[in-house]
Amino acid sequence: MSVLVDEDTRVVVQGITGGEGKFHAGQMMGYGTNVVAGAVPGKGGQEVDGVPVYDTVDQAVREEDADASVIFVPPAFAGDAIFEALDTDLDLAVAITEGIPTQDMARVNKRLTETDTRLLGPNCPGIITPGESKLGILPGNIFAPGDVGLVSRSGTLTYQVVDSLTNRGIGQTTAIGIGGDPIIGTDFVDALAAFEDDPDTEAIVMCGEIGGEDEEEAAQYIADHVDTPVVGFIAGRTAPPGKRMGHAGAIVSGSGTGTAESKIDALNDAGVPVGDTPEEVADSVESIL
Amino acid sequence: MAEVSDEFTMKLHEYQAKQVFADAGIPTPDSALASDVDGVLEAAADIGYPVAIKAQVQVGGRGKAGGIELVESDEEAREAAERIIGMDLKGIRVERVLVEEAVDFTNELYVGVTMDRGEGKPVAMVSTKGGVNIEEVAEEDPDAIAREHIDPSFGMQPYQARKVVFDAGVDRAVATDVAGVLSTLYDLWTSKDGSDAEINPLMVTADDEVVAADAVMNIDEDALFRQPEIAEMGEEAAGGDELEQKADEYGFDYVRLDGSVGIIGNGAGLVMTTLDLVDYYGGSPANFLDVGGGAKAERITNALDMVFSDDNVDSVVFNIFGGITRGDEVAKGINEALEAFDEIPKPVVVRLAGTNWEEGMEILNEDLVTVEQTLEDAVQRSVEYAEEGEA
Repeated sequence: MSVLVDEDTRVVVQGITGGEGKFHAGQMMGYGTNVVAGAVPGKGGQEVDGVPVYDTVDQAVREEDADASVIFVPPAFAGDAIFEALDTDLDLAVAITEGIPTQDMARVNKRLTETDTRLLGPNCPGIITPGESKLGILPGNIFAPGDVGLVSRSGTLTYQVVDSLTNRGIGQTTAIGIGGDPIIGTDFVDALAAFEDDPDTEAIVMCGEIGGEDEEEAAQYIADHVDTPVVGFIAGRTAPPGKRMGHAGAIVSGSGTGTAESKIDALNDAGVPVGDTPEEVADSVESIL
Repeated sequence: MAEVSDEFTMKLHEYQAKQVFADAGIPTPDSALASDVDGVLEAAADIGYPVAIKAQVQVGGRGKAGGIELVESDEEAREAAERIIGMDLKGIRVERVLVEEAVDFTNELYVGVTMDRGEGKPVAMVSTKGGVNIEEVAEEDPDAIAREHIDPSFGMQPYQARKVVFDAGVDRAVATDVAGVLSTLYDLWTSKDGSDAEINPLMVTADDEVVAADAVMNIDEDALFRQPEIAEMGEEAAGGDELEQKADEYGFDYVRLDGSVGIIGNGAGLVMTTLDLVDYYGGSPANFLDVGGGAKAERITNALDMVFSDDNVDSVVFNIFGGITRGDEVAKGINEALEAFDEIPKPVVVRLAGTNWEEGMEILNEDLVTVEQTLEDAVQRSVEYAEEGEA
């Protein structure tokens, strides 16, 4: 079992003819992802590695029965590409693109309230159900099928934690990268809810970072709704206020909100152990399973 | 206000933001830019005393730090200009001042528009507690700021502007004008891809006129591609720490800190974690440097150059977990950077994992660096080296 994606997920890649899109579509297929179509305006009728390309997402859905999309479209056009995915009633749209103007995302955010499509990202590494399917840029070889659900705001931090788990023989049901931007689709609470509903997920790892209040909200949600054991990690304990740590969302404001301390306290209060190092996270998971 | 003000925005100078506001019809005082004493005296003569002389640097608390002075004569203007032009204001040299008509006010308001990140929606704000640090007001007396969320698909409706103005308790005599200023500010914020737009204070005169006595306009850097006029202004507005400027040129996410362990990695979360581990093992991080995804050898060389340029650095730790970044490219970049030196300036510890890490390890010149297999070992080793370096 898994959440959100599995071996039956039929994927359309938006931007499949671009450098990133082409490369990662190939990587995804190599992993076993069922890539059924590409969508690039003006490139309909072409093929990329045997995958048919359509001019619109709508055509890809009608002709190939796609139910999820991965978006590798440059930032200037990515907001529009997300709208196209949402308006085509896909189950899931995964936006990898980094650097989408915030006001574009505010409009996308509004549209999300009017559609059933789930958005993951933007500025995220994607999602993987080990051994079945990956939508995004995660390096498949470090993952292994297993019992742990993982949700993270950061790509490479996900890899670090997953590597620690896999090296100990602990596999994953699904790993979800929700992205480091201030305005995102799927958040911690959505991912936690999905893992809680999955009977095969025996433990959840949640990797947060400074900035915003999503981790605090997630802690409250865990206290109220999640019976599956959760282990936490928070990056950015040493970040000074007012300095953005790479991710647009990763900043402790001058007035002291968004600190690592407040997030760790909130998680601890919800009964979630928070590791000081990625290895400590793996230790905690090992002791739970 | 503080909810989004950060380094992800391009900040216009006051005189630039005022020009943008004035062009859109928001009343601003008469003013002129000057860069020397003669220029100040000339501008003051044109405008007529009293005038305010205001340093054009982007630091908070400009007034308190002595960067603003109200003057009533040539003599006072000369004295103030000589003092302010060239002064060091919180680490930044004042090159220019704005000479501005002094407004005789009875009241000071705050109006602003920003993105509420938690809600993912724009928010308009008005307060009658203008003229002071609004972040402090937000903390000590949050109810003194009226807020109204805006649906970005429809924009701010006229009633919403009135609502937030009346909710704030603005005097009826000026409410319509203040609502008009707020509507214009919202339109500017959307059309210019603002992250924050604010007027603090919006002065109210004895004749019930409103005047924007200060102006803040911060622009979303990710949207500069479609704001060419603003991008041009930004070239004038550039400033900051020398190393941070260099990082801008290289296109790195870089933050300078005051420790001794230089840190280079890929991906914000992993680099932050590396900083945290340096601290956890008793060291202190000198910087945050994210080379981003898919870095090629040249970028890695530039990253090392950045970190070596910081005199505080006593050791360097490289932590790369390859997804789209390839270990062989990283190793090539490290070799190239270090082989250029007769003697390695500071010890470098390298940890490679993920995509092509084995190829990377084969390429890496181990005479020049210390290799560790795990993140924890690499960090501990770099902390030890830094301690030896300080000793």
